[in-house]
Amino acid sequence: MAKVTFRNVRKSYGSLEVIHGVDAEVADGEFIVIVGPSGCGKSTLLRMVAGLEVITSGEIAIGDTVVNRLEPKDRDIAMVFQNYALYPHMSVYDNMAYGLRIRGKSKSEIDAAVQRAAGILELAPLLARKPRELSGGQRQRVAMGRAIVREPKVFLFDEPLSNLDAKLRVQMRFEIQKLHRKLGTTSLYVTHDQVEAMTLAHRMIVMNAGRAEQVGSPMEVYENPATRFVAGFIGSPSMNFLAGKGAGAGKVALGHGGIVRFAEGQVETGREVVVGIRPEHLEVVDPANAFFAGTVELIEQLGADTLIHVAHGADAAVVRRPHGDSLETGAELHVAADPSRVYLFDPQSGARIR
Amino acid sequence: MVENRPWVTFLSHAVLIAGVVVVAFPLYVTFVASTLTLDQIVQVPMPLLPGDHLIENYSQVLTAGSTKGSSAAVSTMLMNSLIMALTIAIGKIAISVIASFAIVYFRFPLRHFFFWMIFVTLMLPVEVRIIPTFKVASDLGLLDTYAGLTLPLIASATATFLFRQFFLTIPEELAEAARIDGAGPIRFFLDVVLPLSKTIIAALFVIQFIYGWNQYLWPLLVTSQESMYTTVIGIRRMIVGGDAANEWQLIMATAMLALLPPAVVVITMQRWFVKGLVETEK
Repeated sequence: MAKVTFRNVRKSYGSLEVIHGVDAEVADGEFIVIVGPSGCGKSTLLRMVAGLEVITSGEIAIGDTVVNRLEPKDRDIAMVFQNYALYPHMSVYDNMAYGLRIRGKSKSEIDAAVQRAAGILELAPLLARKPRELSGGQRQRVAMGRAIVREPKVFLFDEPLSNLDAKLRVQMRFEIQKLHRKLGTTSLYVTHDQVEAMTLAHRMIVMNAGRAEQVGSPMEVYENPATRFVAGFIGSPSMNFLAGKGAGAGKVALGHGGIVRFAEGQVETGREVVVGIRPEHLEVVDPANAFFAGTVELIEQLGADTLIHVAHGADAAVVRRPHGDSLETGAELHVAADPSRVYLFDPQSGARIR
Repeated sequence: MVENRPWVTFLSHAVLIAGVVVVAFPLYVTFVASTLTLDQIVQVPMPLLPGDHLIENYSQVLTAGSTKGSSAAVSTMLMNSLIMALTIAIGKIAISVIASFAIVYFRFPLRHFFFWMIFVTLMLPVEVRIIPTFKVASDLGLLDTYAGLTLPLIASATATFLFRQFFLTIPEELAEAARIDGAGPIRFFLDVVLPLSKTIIAALFVIQFIYGWNQYLWPLLVTSQESMYTTVIGIRRMIVGGDAANEWQLIMATAMLALLPPAVVVITMQRWFVKGLVETEK
């Protein structure tokens, strides 16, 4: 096991820079999730750790070794691919044993390692099968088995669950968590799914357009987003953003007569800001305490929750309420939130105003 | 499509049967002729039922050959054909699989240039370059040798192109997974690429074996000794003049023998063809 260090890591394809200097440190045994929308460079970052992409500048170290110039096989890592990348003509057993055979391990050592991995992942009855005779979830487990037999210093997961259906994904998420608890190997996990990120990560790196926007534990990121992008990306349904202007101490005036009170930050009167409030923090209140009033445009029943889409002039907001409301579209709604749950962002830079 | 129109079924079967007859009848006539005596063959009309000289005719061509024109034994010719077809088929596959592996998996200067050079030669049939090729083969002293028969035909743009197209469909992640597992390029080639190419290799083997077996123009040029004749050339050399001057029963027996090996290869490899089409191991 080992820590992984990123020092000002950059990646360019020709003159196009896609990763603009990432600094991060992954502690020994930590489970780090790199999350971001497609094209943000998260997979590229992971592939640079694996040695499948050249590091244009900066350094990546595994343990105390800078691995920039090492071949993948010399980095002591194992990777799980999105499409599993199992060798189609080999049995499950051979798929798992292949890496060990190349390393010249003895037959008995290989057998012990494969049997142990198969035991952990409950693959024992499938060892003789070919990958095409397995279901998606089983293939994914084999891919993980291939990674764990080698007992590498670092596991790399590249969107391992995106080819699975929703139910299986939840189950595999749980299994990955169990696996990590059992083995305690440093893990880097790339996903675009913020639910996976929230549930799996010890800490997460939220990436956008080649930059690490925020590094922190899931709850830190959720409760204290550093930028407007992070605030909007983490949390589902995503945060409401409303345009406003500073209106004296602790107040922002919205475009259509609403006034939002906030607890944190300083906003000069007249400065344009973006107000962010999560749907789950908006409450229906009486008109006297309301931030703003709006008309109900759409009601989405999710079973446990109800999402109410409210129009406030040109702005729109979503309110998340527990099940059991009897609202009608077209009704007028007055909403407010705890001022400490109101986030302010700079409209140009997207940075949080604190 | 599920249809129940009896006359359509009848018509389509009639057309198919007519097609089979058109293809099969000449073969049948060849077979019948190979069991008759020369006198019976030159009768008009020729008998359409097999005669009783089958064993006599076949053993004569296999051991002694015909008495007019070429007099080499057909067994030697069959052996020559077999050596030529196998060498060409195996050589072509061996060279083109390695060439395509290099083109697909390695980055080297002028990679695309070389690929397109190979691709362009697809457009040049052997006949276009046959005179210079003959000159080269003759200068190298390859006339009347197995090397001369096979070497100039081994380089294959078609097979290289097909292997390249197939390799491009192998997911990139497999190569990456192998790299992480610690397999170098040669291990990856032997352990992953070759086993995955089994079915396409089988298909190419059939095609190239028949291509090699049926070569006519090139062996005609480079062989002058009877001991180096291939079967196809042998048939040609047995035909010396007018109708009555040829021993047609022996020529037909040789033709039947020449047909057998390609037929055997196709029939035994058929299973692989179907397998290659049905299951995509990727």
